[in-house]
Amino acid sequence: MSAQLQLRGLVKEYVPGKPVLRGIDLGFGGAALTAIIGPSGTGKSTLIRCINRLVEPTHGEVLLDGTDLVTLHGDALRQARSRIGMVFQEYNLVERLTVMENLLTGVLGRTPAWKAWLRRFEPADVDRAWQTLGTVGLQDFVNARADSLSGGQRQRVGISRAVMQDPMVLLADEPTSSLDPKTSVEIMDLLRNVGRERGIPVIVNMHDVELAKRFADRIVGMSGGHVVYDGVAAGLSDEVLRTIYGGASWLE
Amino acid sequence: MTPAATGRAPAHVRPFSMGTTERWIWLILLVIFAWAASRIDLTWARFVLGLDGAAKFVHRMLPPIFNPREELVKGLWESVQIALLASAAGLVLSLPVGLLAARNMMPGWVTWPTRLFITLCRTFHPVIVAIVFVKAVGFGALAGILSLTVASIGFLGKLFAEAIEEISMKQIEAVRATGAGFANVIAFAVAPQVMFRFIGFTAYEVDSNLRNSTMVGIVGAGGIGGTLFAAFQRFDYDFVLGIVLCIIVLIMVGEVAQIAVKKVFRQ
Repeated sequence: MSAQLQLRGLVKEYVPGKPVLRGIDLGFGGAALTAIIGPSGTGKSTLIRCINRLVEPTHGEVLLDGTDLVTLHGDALRQARSRIGMVFQEYNLVERLTVMENLLTGVLGRTPAWKAWLRRFEPADVDRAWQTLGTVGLQDFVNARADSLSGGQRQRVGISRAVMQDPMVLLADEPTSSLDPKTSVEIMDLLRNVGRERGIPVIVNMHDVELAKRFADRIVGMSGGHVVYDGVAAGLSDEVLRTIYGGASWLE
Repeated sequence: MTPAATGRAPAHVRPFSMGTTERWIWLILLVIFAWAASRIDLTWARFVLGLDGAAKFVHRMLPPIFNPREELVKGLWESVQIALLASAAGLVLSLPVGLLAARNMMPGWVTWPTRLFITLCRTFHPVIVAIVFVKAVGFGALAGILSLTVASIGFLGKLFAEAIEEISMKQIEAVRATGAGFANVIAFAVAPQVMFRFIGFTAYEVDSNLRNSTMVGIVGAGGIGGTLFAAFQRFDYDFVLGIVLCIIVLIMVGEVAQIAVKKVFRQ
């Protein structure tokens, strides 16, 4: 069930003539965890959001199993989106809903509106949500409201919600930037495990180079809207890091 | 150490100083107040004359009577009905109107006409709207219900739209990212964020409609206001006082009920 995700010539201009992404060509497949690193403002978040069209790419193709997502509209787009899981820096849970209800939002993409409005979710989905909570150790919090949880717990709920989508690809936009170092490691571990168990590519934006080296099978370095490094963690020399981030004093 | 670290603050640093515009505004307000006071012709003699009339009026009011009882109860009950029906209709209509007016959920060509509509609903006092409806649908409670429904849309529609505009777009983004359609985004990302504020606004609007429903009767749109006006016309000042006391109790009961509802739905 491993999906092939191909980005071809991806360009995004928020302001015409000032591209944030300047032609990105990347391929993702298998169960690998890819970390995208790079300075703030270099388009990492934009890149992630172009994949599920939360941001509209200006040019280029996003091919998921051969279908160009950029050309999709309406139902077809929502169908495609429902198979792309996404995890956010600030968790983006619906604060006033419970943990279980937040997990069930993961299946909204394939739940008709009238059923969703009546809160009539499939018992199978509820069972699956319960099992998913078991794997992230949050079954005790099933009826707790999302805003009563700690940061690490919230991010586990965020990941569980993405898992509920039964995703073909898992995207994560700086999932550990709001967390302490110990929790960050636990969350990265969880993301890697989700990818391995489901055999899907996991693409993670991050700022922490050491954490990226520790967990990523592959590292993509971005700078100024270009990919400037694409390879294994071991290849991330000081030389490469200087190319990505510029300057040298921070490396000492 | 830079020289600035030891030097005195430059002359242009003046915390809490009043700007020129601000001074002018205060001056203008003072002038308007003085002019109005000089024009209103409020003399001591006029005041004493008024006191005399007031004393006679108060004398004729006491003691208050609550008869004809049937007329009183019927008027009060009709006011309550007008308030509740108008609030319910206003709520149902304000939900879509508020959503259509929210600039973070709808494009400009939808929000502008909707906002214009809401502003129109708020433009005239309910009593003026009631006069129009009395002409349109005739004397009675229906005119009162319709006019207070219009007022409710003006109030609730505006507050609903503002509440929706203040929600966290991050939660919207996350629910959209799951592939949810617009209706599902509304139900699962918008509604949970605004529900409790909506309940508070609606409780307040019921309270406000209760006050207004005692007034629209003056122009023939049903409720206790009509009874009150008729009593005035007949110089039944003791019955007037009885009605006024009943209205005060009614409003207080409404206030207590409003607080109770908000307490139940807090958070």
